[in-house]
Amino acid sequence: MVQRLVLRNLFHRPVRTGLTILAVAVEVMMIVLMVGVSEGLLRDSLRRTRGVGADILIRPEISGRTITTADISEKLPGILMDRFPEIRSAMGATVFTPGNLQTITGVDWERFDAMAGGIVIFEGRTYRAPYEAIVDEVYARQEQVSVGGTIELMSHEFEVVGIVETGKMSRVFIPLETMADLQGWQGRFSQLYVKLNEPSRARALIDELRTLLPNRHIISVEDFLALTAASVRQLSSQFVNVIISIAVAIGFIVVMLAMYTAILERTREIGILKAIGASKSFIGSIVLRETLVISFLGILLGYVLSVLGEQLVAIRYPLVSVVLLPDWMLWAALLTIAGSIAGASYPAWKAASADPCEILSYE
Amino acid sequence: MASGAIIEIQDLKKTYRLGGVDVPALRGVSLSIAAGEFIAVLGPSGSGKSTLFHIIGGMLAPSSGSVQVAGLELSSLSDSQRTDLRKTTVGFVFQRFNLLPTLNAEENIRIAQHVAGLAGTNEKHFDHVIRILGIAHRLRHKPYALSGGEQQRVAIARALVNKPRIVLADEPTGNLDSENSLAVLDALKSLNEKIGQTVLMITHDSEAADYCARRVVRMNDGRIV
Repeated sequence: MVQRLVLRNLFHRPVRTGLTILAVAVEVMMIVLMVGVSEGLLRDSLRRTRGVGADILIRPEISGRTITTADISEKLPGILMDRFPEIRSAMGATVFTPGNLQTITGVDWERFDAMAGGIVIFEGRTYRAPYEAIVDEVYARQEQVSVGGTIELMSHEFEVVGIVETGKMSRVFIPLETMADLQGWQGRFSQLYVKLNEPSRARALIDELRTLLPNRHIISVEDFLALTAASVRQLSSQFVNVIISIAVAIGFIVVMLAMYTAILERTREIGILKAIGASKSFIGSIVLRETLVISFLGILLGYVLSVLGEQLVAIRYPLVSVVLLPDWMLWAALLTIAGSIAGASYPAWKAASADPCEILSYE
Repeated sequence: MASGAIIEIQDLKKTYRLGGVDVPALRGVSLSIAAGEFIAVLGPSGSGKSTLFHIIGGMLAPSSGSVQVAGLELSSLSDSQRTDLRKTTVGFVFQRFNLLPTLNAEENIRIAQHVAGLAGTNEKHFDHVIRILGIAHRLRHKPYALSGGEQQRVAIARALVNKPRIVLADEPTGNLDSENSLAVLDALKSLNEKIGQTVLMITHDSEAADYCARRVVRMNDGRIV
């Protein structure tokens, strides 16, 4: 009976109820998608680093994870391979970050292909001339370029000569020499990738390399991935927390306004219920039950919108990966319910405290 | 409390404070109502009869004096105890019917059972009440689909469904045409006569009072005259 009353109350004003459910759904979607985008970008970055196939990374001594310089001698790979027979291959790459979160990588394609264990070329070929570029399939889809088309990189036009599988180091590749010319990095690499005959030897070799190259940041790829994941999650959590706070605040305000309006509109009904003996807790529980129904429907709709949002992003922005995390979907639901209950608390208290005599005399 | 009295009121006073001014609504009312009685309190607007109705129903606290309802001294009851009083001891019938618009007739009656924690009990009594009131065929209808008289009979059924000791009716025919007024008065009268229901009816309509009440008490200016 009480559930029936709750549902009838909600459907008595379908537009208001629908808008409130939608607002709650948007709150859930904001949380789920924001966390999903953050995690998706991170996982994509980690997958591409792992896709190089290296066991050890040698980088400049920098604090951040984004490299903007090239100060490792191009002779170092040869020196290391001569000195350490357990190294199967060593390869340098130069990295330029134009500022749109994407990187352009200068790399010797043959060495890169060998280290990665073969990179699938879907269309075209590798580069043979200075101003030729290779892009991965996701970049090609996002920028709508195909083999034979041109893209502008570092204020220069490059012809796209190949489209390759995604998940290998970068999305845009140009010849190592071209990058060196354009950036003035002749004879230098931004970072070095080292592949071992026995990956289990990585720890021991890292110790030796650190002695040999004390001014370099030398780390196993697995440790680099773990550290990167931790630091990026820590950094992004601040931004994500801000978004979550805004989303919860919006949900709180919308639910409070909706329920406050509802109880103002139903003042007489509340007075009637109190007159026939409804206790404060009975009246308050009706308001809170209505809020919970709105929250649950909003959460379900929010999940649907999140999945649709994920699909939309994948179609419209292929470079942006979205990962819907089940634990964060649960968190979004819990935060939404907590925010909604908090938002409904004042209207519930106001309804419960209503004076039936006053209401029935003057309403 | 006098022997057999279900309501015993002694020197009841109620003063409202409005805009810094004391406005007396009841100036020392004393009244005894026996169980099974049908009493009408008759008076013009502003005579204090609605204030008396709200105090007896436990919706308003008196300023002074004694009000005993079914053996309970109302002035000593807490807010939650007065709420309990309204669940099962007193049933209300209002001038404006006061049905919940989102529920149908049966649900409007049964909500009182739920509020009192008596859902699923007294089914025989429920059937008996709706039969006496002649609303069995209208139970699935929402209030907007019922005539004024039918709405008021549903409200009476809601007031009776928990077998209250007293039914308080505040101008129950105030919003009805003469035909429906008569039907509602007949229903109240019938309940009093057939099941011995104590009824206290507040009205300004002397004809209505004379038609169904066994005793008529007149009020004016906050006093029984």
